[in-house]
Amino acid sequence: MARAVLSQADISRALTRISHEILESNRGSSDLVILGIPTRGVILARRIAETIARIEPDAAPPPAGALDVTMYRDDLTRTRTRTPQPTELPAGGIDGKTVVLVDDVLFSGRTIRAAFDALNDLGRARAVRLAVLVDRGHREFPIRADFVGKNLPSSTRERINVRLAEIDGDDAVAIDDTVAAEGGEA
Amino acid sequence: MRHLLSTRELSREQAIELLDIAEDMAAVQEREVKKLPTLRGKTVVNLFFEDSTRTRISFEAAAKRLSADVINFSAKGSSVSKGESLKDTAQTLQAMGADGVVIRHHASGAPYTLATSGWIDAGVVNAGDGTHEHPTQALLDAFTMRRRLHGAASRGRALDGVHVVIVGDVLHSRVARSNVWLLATLGAEVELVAPPTLVPVDTTTWPARVGYDLDAALSGTPDVVMMLRIQAERMHAAFFPNSREYARTWGLDDARFDALPPSTMVMHPGPMNRGLEIAARAADSPQSTVREQVANGVSVRMAALYLLMSGERGDA
Repeated sequence: MARAVLSQADISRALTRISHEILESNRGSSDLVILGIPTRGVILARRIAETIARIEPDAAPPPAGALDVTMYRDDLTRTRTRTPQPTELPAGGIDGKTVVLVDDVLFSGRTIRAAFDALNDLGRARAVRLAVLVDRGHREFPIRADFVGKNLPSSTRERINVRLAEIDGDDAVAIDDTVAAEGGEA
Repeated sequence: MRHLLSTRELSREQAIELLDIAEDMAAVQEREVKKLPTLRGKTVVNLFFEDSTRTRISFEAAAKRLSADVINFSAKGSSVSKGESLKDTAQTLQAMGADGVVIRHHASGAPYTLATSGWIDAGVVNAGDGTHEHPTQALLDAFTMRRRLHGAASRGRALDGVHVVIVGDVLHSRVARSNVWLLATLGAEVELVAPPTLVPVDTTTWPARVGYDLDAALSGTPDVVMMLRIQAERMHAAFFPNSREYARTWGLDDARFDALPPSTMVMHPGPMNRGLEIAARAADSPQSTVREQVANGVSVRMAALYLLMSGERGDA
């Protein structure tokens, strides 16, 4: 049974607010790099970068990219083999930049931990921030998001299903009441 | 994937997935930090019963870039020369806690025996067995072709309609066999050209055309010409009168190379016999992919080791 939590307009508003918050905390869009974690984080990162470019039309638009963390995960021998996705860094790299990591759902925090390791091999960012569309709780690491679209207290039995138009045809966030052993954050 | 023993058993989806992962591994090779922590704490044993430098160091580089520990075992100067059997060697490796075994063996089927015997739990990669298969070589060849043809847009693609001519000692070549199966799976058209004495007795079940005339094959403007090495060490009979005649009839000499369109790739698995199966000009031309093949070999082997050694043990 699926229960809709965020509509297309809700997602759009949340991303606009997150974009404003990123600009506010960074005092502008200079030296920002927005990196999405595949698959849906990459699309959210791209949308946030576009929104920031719209909000600050006079500044150079912040580069968006993708950061794959598959090879840095701590559960590679615990689940079926995962297929890595491409990592795409903007031409300027991340050295000295403020990197905003973007993911769709923040759950255990293990993906973000892996992302720190992955970032470390790519250069030395000046600061790393975290933006997520949904924070569903159940953290297993001392990690919290700087920018959150919606806090969604959930049961571990539930699955948070994020749909984005670029991949799934429409924008929506729903809670599936299944007993997926490890749902939500992939 | 549990083992990588032959390209014949790879599905199209599996092959494309492996090549796509190799693209990601190739991207890692271009970074400043060329290492991934993925196989930290795992042990890969290079078990080489036959001389090989490039394949062994390629596997060694691949395993080390994934942070695995590598143990090199070559039959020369080891207990094998004292008469130890494959079974006893395997059980020794098992006792040492090998997670992956890369095996090269002079007997066709040895990797299969190692993988299915139950002597060892490790994932097995065939790095060349007798005159049977050499799957990672075929995968790196396919990877090289795909990159040359599609560049950055290679991901997810196969080799549909690509015309590949493989020339030379097909009889003894595990590279040719692995390529025939893999390239056919990926949709390429494969044509084999060899002296009649160097073609296996029955190739009717192979998804490839067989011809004896190199000039006729090259006049069909193939996308890829792959020259095989004349394996003197495996030739215990007179398969052709002499090497000069072979070079004249089946070698990619200057005249044949000049007649090829500039878009045709010239491939060679190495090590090359310059002046025999391939002229120096062809080998050193921009159309030659020989050095790319070596670099891509590491990426493809990283992908193979990752697929074999990650995931829950026990799944197929």
